[in-house]
Amino acid sequence: MQETSLILNKYEEDFDSISSNNPKWSSDLRNKAMDTFREIGFPVRRKGNEKWKYTNARPIASVEYSSAKFEKIDSDDIKLIAPWHESWINLLFVNGHYQETFSDNLSTNIQISNMASDDLAVNLTSNVGGIMDYSDDGFAALNTAFMSDGPIITVPEGENSGIVINLIFYNQGLSDTVNYPRVLITTGGNSTVNVIENYVGGSGDQTFTNSVSEIYVGEDATVNHYRLMNETDDTYDVGYGRVRIDTNGTFNSRSFFRGCGIGRYDLNVSIEGENASCDLQGLYFTNGAQHMDNFINIDHVRPNCQSNLFYKGILAGRSRAVFGGTVLVRKEAQKTDSIQSDKNLILSPHAEVDSKPALFIYADDVKCAHGATAGNIDADTVFYMRSRGIDLEAASRLIIYGFAGEIIDTVEIPELRSYLAESFLNSLPSHRFEF
Amino acid sequence: MSNFEKLIEIKNLHVSVAETEILKGINLSIGEGEVHAIMGPNGSGKSTLANVIAGRPGYSVTSGDIVYKGDSILKVAPEIRARAGIFLAFQYPVELPGVRTWQFLKAAIDAIRKGNGQEELKIRDFDKLLEEKRQLMEMDPDLVRRSVNEGFSGGEKKRNEILQLALLDPSLALLDETDSGLDIDALRIVSHGVNIFKSPEKSILIVTHYQRILDYITPDYVHVLVDGKIVRSGDSSLAMELEEKGYDWVKDGAGEEVHP
Repeated sequence: MQETSLILNKYEEDFDSISSNNPKWSSDLRNKAMDTFREIGFPVRRKGNEKWKYTNARPIASVEYSSAKFEKIDSDDIKLIAPWHESWINLLFVNGHYQETFSDNLSTNIQISNMASDDLAVNLTSNVGGIMDYSDDGFAALNTAFMSDGPIITVPEGENSGIVINLIFYNQGLSDTVNYPRVLITTGGNSTVNVIENYVGGSGDQTFTNSVSEIYVGEDATVNHYRLMNETDDTYDVGYGRVRIDTNGTFNSRSFFRGCGIGRYDLNVSIEGENASCDLQGLYFTNGAQHMDNFINIDHVRPNCQSNLFYKGILAGRSRAVFGGTVLVRKEAQKTDSIQSDKNLILSPHAEVDSKPALFIYADDVKCAHGATAGNIDADTVFYMRSRGIDLEAASRLIIYGFAGEIIDTVEIPELRSYLAESFLNSLPSHRFEF
Repeated sequence: MSNFEKLIEIKNLHVSVAETEILKGINLSIGEGEVHAIMGPNGSGKSTLANVIAGRPGYSVTSGDIVYKGDSILKVAPEIRARAGIFLAFQYPVELPGVRTWQFLKAAIDAIRKGNGQEELKIRDFDKLLEEKRQLMEMDPDLVRRSVNEGFSGGEKKRNEILQLALLDPSLALLDETDSGLDIDALRIVSHGVNIFKSPEKSILIVTHYQRILDYITPDYVHVLVDGKIVRSGDSSLAMELEEKGYDWVKDGAGEEVHP
């Protein structure tokens, strides 16, 4: 463990040097989180560590990362690697620090503030750290200790303009650096907001992205949340989504993962009001030696709520994917309607998925189902297509595109949908099912 | 005029699946413009025959030959057979999640056209063609936008097969128990589609357990398959006779025991 403590010293030095620059309103929170991090460190234990059972955090914990500094970049370059549109509010963060908003004179009632400011009203900052419980989670504690910059998005009551807020977190790929994106979204009653979070960039050098997003879905409010991850194989990415849904609220999440060395998205949705719902869908594609872990928890606290959890994976090369989906239905959460499934298309005999959908039901009047599949395409499917003149390559492409398309087609922002249809599908390998 | 005598000639065909012989010496020739029906009890090998002609993997031809348009096709890949004009309407059409019906049909038409040295069909021409055939098959317009066969009823799946037949316009249509599981309305629509396809240049092989579909599509020849062999051939009246007397009657002719 000597090695680990050396590494922790590095974060300690870093913490001292950045603390003086960070805003006062967050200093208590950051100090407490740092104390926790000092105490628990990274979740590297291989025994009795259920949450990290299938993902080894050791490679991430054993690099001496220092906080990435801001460097201004040309936003035109970003437009080539992330989705954006002139009708959206596009906010660019470089190495975790805000650079600019590239949108033309968009007027909106939505208030977007920067966590880096010192003079933020208490009602804006009071929700920061409100849902992200870092007490037993070293990565979440680390992000909280080091958060410095990030959007605070406050959607007023009744705001329904349908505007899209596009957050681009660009990791420049500076060697041995870590960046700490942090997002807070708070929605007032009967409002709707669309937010896209992009985690892009990286280089051939070792980097680490450690993000936390907290999302409050107000009464009768709808949050449509999109998360796109597209980093390099030398980047490790551990991200958190923490969501709390109030009465009649709706949270829709679509996640698209296309690679990084080791990736993990820990999404926890707590349904705390009646008649609320969440629909969480995702698509992951892993190749080479990549590893992607989706760790998702849905907590049904109140009665008469629905949840849908549907993820799909395409695995190639020697890659590994993990799907841990847990739905908890508490005693009070009667009439819960919950369904979850994870489907995987495995293109290589060396790729592997650990899919663990789980249900814990303490209420007695509920409708819940779960399931998982992993496999190749069956011979009948391919023969059906070939019997129509379609050769193996084209048949395989139609099947793989169709498999991915099922999730992409549910994206409700047309520009984002076509972006994904292009970029995600084009990144898929040409493959030939053999029979 | 074609430079082959018969569109397809099946010569002393023996086929096994995992060591078990299913077809035990089939001889059958189908000329252009002819409609043949293969009838037989369950397990007689009639579906195997249709599938082997289309090239389904998993069957081994242990002896004999299938000559199509003058050439042996035993070693030819299923997609090449399809491009040469062989079409199999599946007994159990396969669901293709995420692959839209129109997209699948466009891919199929273009693959066949390209295989025959033609250009891809223009989207507008394709849409027109698809709409025409869709109406012919009285299919819900929503179905062509949905994933292939996913959530389709049994009848819709079979209609979708005949829609593909109409679109791909092959030389030889193999209908593998297309009538099974159809109600009378769907049977009428499906038969109508097949009858529109029927012409002096097209050949059809109907594989069926029941005589019912033959009330709608009149065969020129009827063959009775029992235990991997054709035990009797005749004209359409043979189908009527079978309907009356049951398969035990021909099994007798095949040397089988007759149950009183």
